[in-house]
Amino acid sequence: MFYRENGQFKSTYASDQQMLPILQDRLFMAGVLVFAFGAVPLLASDYLFLSLLIPFLILTLAAIGLNLVVGYCGQISLGHAAFMAVGAYAAYNLVLRVPQLNFLVVLVLAGLIAAAVGLVFGIPSLRIKGLYLGVATLAAQFFMDWLFARVKWFTNYAHSGSVQTAPVDLFGWIVDTPVEKYLFLLAVLIVFTLIAKNLVRSHIGREWMAIRDMDVAAEVIGIRPVYAKLTAFAVSSFYVGVAGALWGFVHLGSWEPLAFSLTLSLNLLFMIIIGGMGSLLGSYFGAAFIVMLPILLNQLPALLGMPISTAMASHLEFMIFGALIVFFLIVEPHGLARLWAIGKEKLRLWPFPH
Amino acid sequence: MKQGAKLTVLAASLAVAAAFGSTVALAQAKKADTPATKGGEQFFPVLSYRTGAYAPNGIPFANGFVDYLKLVNARDGGINGVKITWEECETGYATDRGVECYERLKGKGTHGATAFHPLSTGITFAVTDKSFVDKIPIITFGYGRADSVDGTVFGWNFPLGGTYWDAADMLVQHVGKKEGGLDRLKGKKIALVYHDSPYGKEPIALLQERAKMHGYELLLLPVTHPGVEQKATWLQVRQQRPDYVFLWGWGVMNSTSIKEAVATGYPREKMYGVWWSGAEPDVTPAGDGAKGYSSLVFLSPAGQGAVHKDIVKHVHDKGQATGNKEGFGEVLYNRGMVGAMMTVEAVKRAQIKHGKKPLKGEEVRWGLENMALDNAAIKRLGFEGFMTPISTTCVDHRGDSVAGIHTWDGKRWVIEKGTTLVADSTIIKPMIRASAEKYAGEKKLTRRDCAKEAG
Amino acid sequence: MKKNWPVLLLGAVLLIGLVLPLATGASAPGFYIEVLLGGLMAGVLYSLVALGFALIFKASGVFNFAQGAMVLFAALAVARLGEQMPLWAAIPLGMAIMVALAWLIERLVLRPLVNQEAIALFMATLGVTFFLDGFGQTVWGSDIYSIELGIAKEPVMVLQSVFQGGILVNKEDFFAAVVAAALVAGLALFFQMTPTGRALRAVADDHQAAQSIGIPLNRMWVIVWSVAGIVALVAGVIWGAKLGVQFSLSQVALKALPVVILGGFTSITGAIVGGLIIGVGEKMAEVFLGPILVKAFDLAGGGIENWFAYVLALLFLLVRPEGLFGEKHIDRV
Repeated sequence: MFYRENGQFKSTYASDQQMLPILQDRLFMAGVLVFAFGAVPLLASDYLFLSLLIPFLILTLAAIGLNLVVGYCGQISLGHAAFMAVGAYAAYNLVLRVPQLNFLVVLVLAGLIAAAVGLVFGIPSLRIKGLYLGVATLAAQFFMDWLFARVKWFTNYAHSGSVQTAPVDLFGWIVDTPVEKYLFLLAVLIVFTLIAKNLVRSHIGREWMAIRDMDVAAEVIGIRPVYAKLTAFAVSSFYVGVAGALWGFVHLGSWEPLAFSLTLSLNLLFMIIIGGMGSLLGSYFGAAFIVMLPILLNQLPALLGMPISTAMASHLEFMIFGALIVFFLIVEPHGLARLWAIGKEKLRLWPFPH
Repeated sequence: MKQGAKLTVLAASLAVAAAFGSTVALAQAKKADTPATKGGEQFFPVLSYRTGAYAPNGIPFANGFVDYLKLVNARDGGINGVKITWEECETGYATDRGVECYERLKGKGTHGATAFHPLSTGITFAVTDKSFVDKIPIITFGYGRADSVDGTVFGWNFPLGGTYWDAADMLVQHVGKKEGGLDRLKGKKIALVYHDSPYGKEPIALLQERAKMHGYELLLLPVTHPGVEQKATWLQVRQQRPDYVFLWGWGVMNSTSIKEAVATGYPREKMYGVWWSGAEPDVTPAGDGAKGYSSLVFLSPAGQGAVHKDIVKHVHDKGQATGNKEGFGEVLYNRGMVGAMMTVEAVKRAQIKHGKKPLKGEEVRWGLENMALDNAAIKRLGFEGFMTPISTTCVDHRGDSVAGIHTWDGKRWVIEKGTTLVADSTIIKPMIRASAEKYAGEKKLTRRDCAKEAG
Repeated sequence: MKKNWPVLLLGAVLLIGLVLPLATGASAPGFYIEVLLGGLMAGVLYSLVALGFALIFKASGVFNFAQGAMVLFAALAVARLGEQMPLWAAIPLGMAIMVALAWLIERLVLRPLVNQEAIALFMATLGVTFFLDGFGQTVWGSDIYSIELGIAKEPVMVLQSVFQGGILVNKEDFFAAVVAAALVAGLALFFQMTPTGRALRAVADDHQAAQSIGIPLNRMWVIVWSVAGIVALVAGVIWGAKLGVQFSLSQVALKALPVVILGGFTSITGAIVGGLIIGVGEKMAEVFLGPILVKAFDLAGGGIENWFAYVLALLFLLVRPEGLFGEKHIDRV
């Protein structure tokens, strides 16, 4: 009962179709943006940036990408970290061999290369469905792991297989302090979120959702599954490729093929499951949850005054992680995004129950 | 929704929100992290792995490292009165967790972390760049980047005592001696069974260089993490019948290699491991099958000496033993002790120049670049037999690199008498120079001017 | 004949790949047989793990990603208990632990998620995997433990008269094959002859029909997870005796995934046949195809077997999307 959302009438199609039709939503989003761009850089510590915010921003981008193919199109993919690796190595090679390119152009090109690879590995989805497809996508994961470790051209013949990158250089602005990295990533993430939001509201997004809900029926009414599934894989891989390039260049600075292993793929999947499949807000929540959880689990015992050995803490982390996943699946299978929506509903009616 | 379910949902959302909030608050609190210890403290971050596939080797090393720190506090009252504090951080040998540990621990203590022992070549690669900005030394004794010997480019890396190019060189020299001369290696086959990570790939460059010089054929057989699947690898060994197998594994991979060698009938006498592939956890799982397997040993053979007696007296008997005392007196425990000892001695040396107070990373670096531990000092510290003299400079961050060979006889490691291996610097120096140049070029670094810094 | 041409083509290509090393003389026939045997043995081990997958999927429709963690947990239990008591006591105790675990999983994870979609159940088993990994290491430790079955580890050379140098045969692998065969025979008898086995087959066919004739679904699930747990224990003991019991054992189970997708999720025969195909294919590719690729593309070493199994399974799936022996899935609107 804090405010009323009614009484806001639209008189043009454009105003009715806008992303945030309610004034309160627009104010809230503006407030969040002002906080994110203005307040956080001033208040947050370096450690907060490097350990929480920067990984959170990049992984949200990757989670949005995975959500497009798993949550919106219903094709299970267990090997998406492979496309992150493609994006990262593509960006590395572009920066190395074509140094005149602006980094933003490099990002887009890396994303396109990842999209092409994703397209190829998405072809099995035309024939295979469900969990079979999920396990088949593991082929992409392991093949990419192997490819970048073996084909020396990708790592510029480095004898250790590790690659190093210089800090990102954008029109002369060197992005090397945590605050600058944060602002750059935030800007990139917002642009990509807008694109994703528009995609899922458009006819492509509706095709994806139709395939997800009932693919035979969708085919019957004229949606071409080839087109829908492959575009889902391509767009998703584009996002994930860009996220991979950012992960390598901005967050890691130096990486080896094992940096994009199966663990990362499974983490991405957890993010969208816990956050909420088929929801962009869910990607944000899920990424925040997964990034924050290990750090919280590490600090909590010390805070509570019960120092435990690092081994025990690590095991507890695994156990609590597993238990939380099962807990979330039982309690709220639609994820944190659904909890958020329920919360908003309750706030609208508070103090009345319904 | 039913009442019970609604409450659960509400509880879940509140818990999640609380978790978010507290983590952010916690991370924020790192900014204002000033300890209240009187006189300050010297903070040692301990990156270790006590879980995962590499735990069998990581646990005794960490135990040795922390036991020695406890000893210095208990027996000597700290480093010239400055108490040592430390915190272990679990990396699981994973590079990203190693970086996260680095970021979390680099600012702790009075003036920040003293030095980092990443205990993983992968993590070393990742934090080398950060060390330039954070000005904290990275000590990678016996591992890490082989080209980081060059202190003018890698100003903060310290591969004290040897790198993988040194180790590979030593092994080639040893098998050359066994054949009756390096020229007799012509036409022979040497297989490298290596861990498929920066650690395992590091020696390849030198082995290929030596292959060109002496005419032996180098067979590369990578083993993917965690290294439990080696059947196909050893079938290939059986097919190619190399004259020697060099083992460059870590964690579970080592024992699996030896077991597969037994299963395919490859004589263990022809297998030589690097100094990280020659410890008790690597050979005991294979039981009698590991008899005859040899490896390099540097800085710390198995056994107990004067310093062990001190540790028992001041640490173990007071119930302060780290972990479950795993590996006491074994190869990796001793090596962990040596690592801690070198860091403490570096701080002591730095205190000569900067005063007997808590030092920051830059000041500790001076100590690391002016280390001069001779036999007398080693004996005084109780490390006689467990340490070789070391002296570093601004240009040479490695010091001397000497190693021996020890062989497992089924019950213990037996050091081969009279075998002292020294790496051949005429081959390695140009390789270091070239590689450091490449790094400096890629990163657009300017070399340090050691003369100017000293003067 | 026309409908089956993709299968025949794939089969022909694989057969050529199998025979090529022998035909072109690129390998001594003795060594070729060794690699074949090695592949078959590895395949047997994969099949043991895949059996657990197939059992659970057949009876409860859940794709149990935690099978690998169960193998590790069982092996750790037997190894650690084996330090306190003789092996013939440790193994039954281990089985009891696995049955208890099965009951807990059914009660805490499966029952609340009863009508959820497949991906949710799969994710839940992923959560169970993480939990078991951490719990197992907490209780039993992270060191390498050994299980001594009393079989000689040194290989024996056979057929020295026929092939030059003889063929290397490993006694442990042979023992593993015998045990696996016995297990499969035992399971087959269990499913065909006992009332419980028949009830399990009924549940696998159609949950609702089985329930309507009075078969208690929950108890059946506990039973099937227990049986899968015992299969995991056998797999764990055999793997563990060979490789040593340590945390990394659970990664090996990931290799069993291509086996189930090749054989079909619901088929026990598929698990066996798929395991053998994957095992042989993998080792052959690594030993014979790998060096060719390394020379051709100047690669930094082989290691093809990491992805070969998956690609092989993928190729089979493209031809038969339900796996070789899986049930054809009919989509209705």
